[in-house]
Amino acid sequence: MFSLLAEMFSYAFLTRAVIVGLLVSLCAALLGVSLVLKRYSMIGAGLSNVGFGALAVAAAFNAAPLMISIPVVVLAAFLLLRLNERSRIKGDAAIALISTSALAIGVAVVSATTGMNTDVCNYMFGSILAMSQSDVRLSIALASGVFLLFILFYRQIFAVTFDEAFARATGVNASLYNSLLAVLTAVTIALGMRMMGALLISSLIIFPALTAMRLCKQFRTVAVCSAIISVAGFLSGIICSYAYATPTGASVVIANILLFLLFWAAGLARERGFF
Amino acid sequence: MLVFACQNTSFAYENRTVLSGLNFRVQSGDYLCVIGENGSGKSTLLKGLLNLEPVKSGRIIRGLPAGELGYLPQTSAAQKDFPASVYEAALSGRLGRRGFRPFYSRADKNAAQECLQKVNLWPLRRRCFRELSGGQQRRALLARALCAAGSCLVLDEPEAGLDRKSAAEMRRLLKRLNQAGLTIIMASHDLNYALKEAGQILHLQNRQLFYGAAGDYPRSRPGRKLRGGKNV
Repeated sequence: MFSLLAEMFSYAFLTRAVIVGLLVSLCAALLGVSLVLKRYSMIGAGLSNVGFGALAVAAAFNAAPLMISIPVVVLAAFLLLRLNERSRIKGDAAIALISTSALAIGVAVVSATTGMNTDVCNYMFGSILAMSQSDVRLSIALASGVFLLFILFYRQIFAVTFDEAFARATGVNASLYNSLLAVLTAVTIALGMRMMGALLISSLIIFPALTAMRLCKQFRTVAVCSAIISVAGFLSGIICSYAYATPTGASVVIANILLFLLFWAAGLARERGFF
Repeated sequence: MLVFACQNTSFAYENRTVLSGLNFRVQSGDYLCVIGENGSGKSTLLKGLLNLEPVKSGRIIRGLPAGELGYLPQTSAAQKDFPASVYEAALSGRLGRRGFRPFYSRADKNAAQECLQKVNLWPLRRRCFRELSGGQQRRALLARALCAAGSCLVLDEPEAGLDRKSAAEMRRLLKRLNQAGLTIIMASHDLNYALKEAGQILHLQNRQLFYGAAGDYPRSRPGRKLRGGKNV
């Protein structure tokens, strides 16, 4: 086991992937608690499809992928949030609308320029080889920023998640913190989707929070627990992926599924009074 | 000092006016009871005062910053499966007055403890909010409102879901707080309670029927009509 780890980290690209992956899964787990509770789970899935479209367009114009995808995804996050608030078009329908549109545009652009090749596959299912040195630096900076902002505004994020009307009535700037949540989520998804893939990134947001909620009953413990679960799921997934040559994104998701089942069983056992 | 004033204020949902002709003032230290039947516009008015509902016409003058207000909503927006301890919920009431400063201070934590003790929930502070009984949840939300209320407390049917003992305790608590200088604005079903405890009465029926001192209410037209047997 130890020699396997030593072997893994002797590859510079793998070390980079692990560092970025850890940061992204940490951020995704923390934000996920709030998103799941606000019934925004599908926003993650929608935004990753928008990210896919943005990456396809970036590749077509030979632009730096993160420089294009981050602003586009942030913009889409704002749009989805506004639509959710106004709710002329119902939130979930709006998400489906935007995400499928972005997906279609992305596929069209890719096939018109480079053709349906491995790039598309990488965008969809992720690749740990996707990260260049400058990507890594940017990712580390942004992910640390997301993490710090979450810690600083954790209380406000709790308040707008728990009871937005009360927060608004008593002088908390709820729209500001909803926007903050949207931006942080968008950045996290744009960073994570290169490695995890557009199809799998939303699981990083949803799984740890739901897993933690099987056992934890306080917001703080749910947040801490889901961060730990997410990091554990990512590490076991990526080690598995290295040892058995399985796709990284899928391995991480499967690790998360197993953790979820474990916590679910433990939660049931506790309810029945086994411990 | 002025806390709220309505000048010809009206509210509408989708262009249908639900409440109109509001003209009243709340001064600091007042105990105003808003009475009226279900659907008469009590909750709408409270939400309007708190800036949660847009005004259709007229205006509302607010003498206090929102950070000074505490609010007990009629139904909690918090969903059934929300993981939050009673303590976390109560403490979140202190946020409005903190502005952008992160983290809670010792004073915030002490205030949350004091408010939870006032509603007799301190021993249950680590319990999950969603696992409490309806009455206990109500008291937890009252504690949160108390945490938030710097100088004014807005309550929407605070007695709903409380048993008699808790309701009586809450009345005593509100009375004590009001005597200590806290402004209280409360929507209620219970006319007898309103007449006994409140300083001012505002009677709504999609418009303002009566506003004035509680002592004058029984002799007023809507007051006489009500005492003629019909219950509010």
